[in-house]
Order: sequence, then structure tokens, then C-alpha cells
Amino acid sequence: MSELTGRLSVFKTYKLYVGGKFPRSESGRVYEVIDSKGTWLANAPLASRKDARDAVVAARKAFGGWSGATAYNRGQILYRIAEMLEGRRDQFVAEVAAAEGLSKAKATAQVDAAIDRWVWYAGWSDKVAQIAGGANPVAGPYFNLSSPEPTGVVAVLAPQDSSFLGLVSVIAPAIVTGNTVVVAAAENAPLPALSLAEVLATSDLPGGVVNILSGRTAELAAPLAAHQDVNALDLAGADDALAKDLETAAADNLKRVLRPSAANWTADPGTGRLLTFLETKTVWHPMGV
Amino acid sequence: MTFDYAPAPESRAVVDIAPSYGLFIDGEFAPASDGKVFKTVSPSSEEVLSEVAQASADDVDRAVKAARKAFEKWSALPGAERAKYLFRIARLLQERSRELAVLESLDNGKPIRESRDADLPLVAAHFFYYAGWADKLDHAGYGANPRPLGVAGQIIPWNFPLLMLAWKIAPALATGNTVVLKPAETTPLSALFFADICRQAGLPKGVVNILTGEGSTGAALVAHPDVNKVAFTGSTEVGKAIARTVAGTDKKVTLELGGKAANIVFDDAPLDQAVEGIVNGIFFNQGHVCCAGSRLLVQESVQDELLDALKRRMRTLRVGDPLDKNTDIGAINSAEQLARITALADAGEAEGAERWSPSCELPTTGYWFAPTLFTGVTQAHRIAREEIFGPVLSVLTFRTPAEAVEKANNTPYGLSAGIWTEKGSRMLWMANKLRAGVIWSNTFNKFDPASPFGGYQESGYGREGGRHGLEAYLNV
Repeated sequence: MSELTGRLSVFKTYKLYVGGKFPRSESGRVYEVIDSKGTWLANAPLASRKDARDAVVAARKAFGGWSGATAYNRGQILYRIAEMLEGRRDQFVAEVAAAEGLSKAKATAQVDAAIDRWVWYAGWSDKVAQIAGGANPVAGPYFNLSSPEPTGVVAVLAPQDSSFLGLVSVIAPAIVTGNTVVVAAAENAPLPALSLAEVLATSDLPGGVVNILSGRTAELAAPLAAHQDVNALDLAGADDALAKDLETAAADNLKRVLRPSAANWTADPGTGRLLTFLETKTVWHPMGV
Repeated sequence: MTFDYAPAPESRAVVDIAPSYGLFIDGEFAPASDGKVFKTVSPSSEEVLSEVAQASADDVDRAVKAARKAFEKWSALPGAERAKYLFRIARLLQERSRELAVLESLDNGKPIRESRDADLPLVAAHFFYYAGWADKLDHAGYGANPRPLGVAGQIIPWNFPLLMLAWKIAPALATGNTVVLKPAETTPLSALFFADICRQAGLPKGVVNILTGEGSTGAALVAHPDVNKVAFTGSTEVGKAIARTVAGTDKKVTLELGGKAANIVFDDAPLDQAVEGIVNGIFFNQGHVCCAGSRLLVQESVQDELLDALKRRMRTLRVGDPLDKNTDIGAINSAEQLARITALADAGEAEGAERWSPSCELPTTGYWFAPTLFTGVTQAHRIAREEIFGPVLSVLTFRTPAEAVEKANNTPYGLSAGIWTEKGSRMLWMANKLRAGVIWSNTFNKFDPASPFGGYQESGYGREGGRHGLEAYLNV
């Protein structure tokens, strides 16, 4: 902690990010976040089921506007997030190094990759419809067109092993296509996620598009997986036993489920995560005069 | 002076139904391991058509093993060779389409006009369409050399027995998977005839296996540890059970489930065409259609005019013998389904909606339900919320486009919707706002192998048809 350098540093009170605001957990609970050597870093809010439900309400409220925004606009906003991150690069390097016990060089590589990933996904906003949709040549006098649409509110369990690059790699593909998300940050390393919220809040991203909760993954995931107003579930941060329980709960309203898989977050992400949270809508119309 | 229709029955002589059928496993017909059988009846006459085997969990295991064994060679075949088998099947289906149409109408109860003019042409078209994909998978947008999943367990419903078989089997085989398919308990015959087409096509043994049976057979198939892919079309309730069963496994799943589609008619719609679309939307296939337009949302200002025209049209619908070429509405598929439709229609009356049917004489044997219209329906009524899966239309009204959107989307389902308006910008705005997988504008109930089909929300996940339909059977 503080050394006798003549100046006492100012700690940060980490808060949740829900509906574009920074509430404390309604439960009033916090939990200790420590670094890889066991040193105390901060108290993070220990979000409750009620916080999770509030976050779903916020995400649902934001869905209409965000999914209705033009693809160009969404791409601009994702790029803006990368711009804001670039300016705070050093802060995230320090937080990722502390959170994951990485050297400064390795943490820098993670943060750089995460910023570049925002840029990569930003560019997908106005292209995904062209690779995932198109005209269908039906055998009749009909104009027939398929286009992808966001599936709705996605509950995301952020990867436990990659507090920032992994986090960004699961949020960006879900929101770039117009979904809104509720994210449970990595349980033991939530601080980069909570700091990301500060960046999102200053990046023209409408409040509620991304909602970030810190706390016990299993405790937060259960109400999200069972929630009737959640449309999809990304189980990246769940272990096998938890993932099975959550997938079972998700069947109640047939949520789209992305199962956990061994992920190399530095590899080319491909389009899998983008396409998982899309529906295909096909419109028919007669042609004639 | 009025002219009446003379009976115009299609001949049954083109189809030869055996008194009993075994299971089709590894290219051979064989009885169920425990010898159990059940009867399949014609819903229009209650006549027993044949006796089929009831597959047990052991039979499921045998079929999956056969499919697994066949997978190695089938998936290793060059795509162009697999394509040729699918083309052969498509041609054989065309050659035998009259036989199959009559068989389908006998076993299912649907009018020959529909099995002959809608089902069978689409069945062949699906095999033609996916045959062409088999040697072009590298270009489907799923990366170079996408791999098949393995053994596909497929469960299909009774409303379009052969068409649903085609939707399932054609893309599975084109992508290099092998299949174990379970047709519905009440409509097993066309799948067994399809087994014969596989034989005529020279399809390698074990590539297609057909297991007849009931829900327990399907459950064993879904749960079998060596099945890599589950494809199901049927009720949302069973779909949820399947989703629970496969939780925590590596099985890939696609589900095509129920619907409660809104068919939205604006005041500027061409009303005569809209009436035809409404009739097609809800009375096609006796309303046994998951994407049926079962909720008519009509703009208040044209309600009276539209309903008068609709009732006039409904009076001309001919209900009766499915094999009569003049029949519009055939038999309800089973006594059980008739009871379900009857109970929901009764609930509509009990909850205060006004019931109307044209006067029509229903046959005394078999399972029948007159085309029915409910007015004064509110969103809270069961007939506006629950899938009826029968010829029952609920009419609701709206004043503004926004209200139409809200009412249309007020359902856990999201399979399809219809829009009737002459104004292009309004049509596109509505299509954009509706949360459903298929939107028919100024038309309804159109299907094509090139066009993806599937739902949002509790109507299930995944798409069938088109390039999108390949994804369900590829490791992507």
C-alpha cells in the first residue's frame, strides 16, 4: 500500500456500471480483490441478484435505441471506445498487470491487443449484414431477402483467465451488431472491467448498452440464466459444472447459449461470436406489375 | 340455379401399403428388438393403414451405431459424389410424387391438392437445392473445408411428414453427416417409403436410418451419447426438454418450434388479396402449421369490410375427403389433436370471444373441425396467446402501426408474421420492427429451399433452408 513518500495516494472506489450510471451494489456488500501475491488492491462491489435484475432492465431499455441505430453509428461508437482506451493505456496496463500477475511487457501486449480488437469489431458493424444475409433466389415471383438482426439482451460471463483482453473479446462482438449486454466480470480480477465502464461512459455509448457487474460469477449467473427477459447467454467464464446448470436453466425460454470453450484470446477471433448472437429475418414480397 | 362440385377423388391404386413395416437400420428393414408395434390410421376414415415397429432404446443404439459406421465413408466421399446421390433421390421423389402424395394424404389427412401441389414439389426441390451445395461447401461462407458433425438425430412432426424429412435429411447428407430420423407417431409411412427411395438410389447402407416410434424413441435418440447433432421440429414444450437434455454436452442443436403469428392487415391493403392470404395463412394444412397466421390484426377502419369478405370466402371452403381434388380442408391429424383444438376453441368462447363458422357438414367418421373465426378477441385470451395448431383464427384490431407492432410482438414466440399494405415504406418499417424469423408481405405461407426458415425467441433456434441451413450441420 502507500509508502512513506510524502504523499498519500487517493484510492478509487470501484462501482458497478448499470444503465450508464455507477451505483454501488444495492446489497451494500463488497469483496476484497487481491493481486497474484495476495496484496489487497481494492474492495469491489459484490453485486446481488437484484443488481443483476436491474442490469437486465437497463439492457432491455437500451435495446430499442441501440439496435435501431445505424450500423455506421454503432461502428463509430465502438471506434470511439478504442480511442478512449488508447488514452488510458497506461492505467489499464497497470491494472491488468496487477490483476493477472503479468509483467509490464506482457500486460501491455494484452491491453494493446484489446484496443486493437475494439477497432476490429468496430469495422464489422456495417459489414456483418453483407456476409450473413442476402437475396434468396426462390422459385417464384418473389423478392426474398434475409438479413441478420440482434437477438436482444445477452448475459455474458466474462472469461476468468483474461481480465481485459478476454473481457473485450466477449463484449465487443455482442454489442457491435446491436445487442445489449449484462456482463459478470472475472470474479477474482474485476478491476479492469470496472475501469472499462468509465471508458464506456465517456465514449458516446448509450447508457444500458453495456452493464458491468462484479461479484461471484455463479451467484450472478443463476438469475441471469433463468431470467425471462434475457435472450442469450455467453458462458465463456463458467466452468463445466456451472455451464451445464446454466444451460439447463436457459432452456426455460430457449435462450441462445454459447458454450464455454478453450479460448486463446490472442488468436484471430473469427466471426463465431458475432454470428452467435444474431437472428436471421427473411422477408418475402411478391413481384409484379 | 347453383352448381355443385361432383366428387373428384384421387385413386388410391397408385400406392401399395404393406400390412406391416419394420425399422430401417443399416439399409435393412427389421422388427423392433422387443417386437413392439403400433398402428397408424387414416385420420379421415379411422381406417388402420398399417402396423409399424416401435423402436426401443436398443434399436436407437443399433441405428446410431450403423450411422456412425457409415459416417466414415460417407463424409470422406468427394462432395460431387454425395451430390449425385442427392440428385438421384430428388429425381426418384419426382418420379414417385403421385404415389407419395396419395400416401401422405391418407396417413396425414391433408388434402391431396396440398400434398400434390405444395408438399411433394418442395420435397424434391429441397434435395435438388442441397445436392448442389454438397460440392460447394468451401464457398458457403463457413471457411475452407468445413467439416460435418457426425451422426445427426432428427425428430420431425406430423404436419408435413415428408417435407420435414426433406428439410432435415437433405442438408445433413449434403454436408456429409449420416442420419437417424424419427418420424411422428401418427405419420410414419412416408418416411418408410423414403427408405425405399434410398434403396433405389443406391445410397450406402447406414447413411439414412428411419426409426418409427413415439416420444420415448425420440428421447432416447436425443440422449444417445454418440449423437453429435440434434435437429427437432415440433412443440416448444418438447423443444425445451431437448434443450435441457443436451445441456452440458457437445451436441449441436437446432429447434424449429411453435408460433402464434400475427397477420396484420392495414386499411390500404388490397382486401381481396388479403382475404386469400388470411385463408391460406390459417386454413392451409388444417391450420397444422407452426407459422400459421393465427392472429389476424386488422386495422379498425376496415374491420367490418374485411370480416364480411373473409366470412364470404370461408363459406366457400370445402371440408372433407382428403383424396378429393376439390377439398380445401382435410381431416385433423388425430383424435388427440382434435381434442386439443376443441378445448382451446371452447376456452375462447368461455372467455367471451365470439365464435363463427360457416355451415358445413362434417363427415361422421374421422377427425374433423370446421374452419372457425373468433372476433372480439383480446390479448389476454388463451386463443390469442396459445398455439392452437388447428383451423382457428383469432381476430384482434389496432389503430396505429405502432399498436400493431406492439400487439404482434406481444408473444413469447417469433416464428413468422404477415403484413398487408400497399405502402412500401410502411411494409418495410413493419418488417423491420416485427420480431420474427420470416415475414410475409402481401403474401403468406410461402416456402422455398433457398429461403432460410426459423424463429426468434421461443420459436426455437437455427435456420433451415438456404445457405444458412448448412450451418446446422457443419462444425462451425
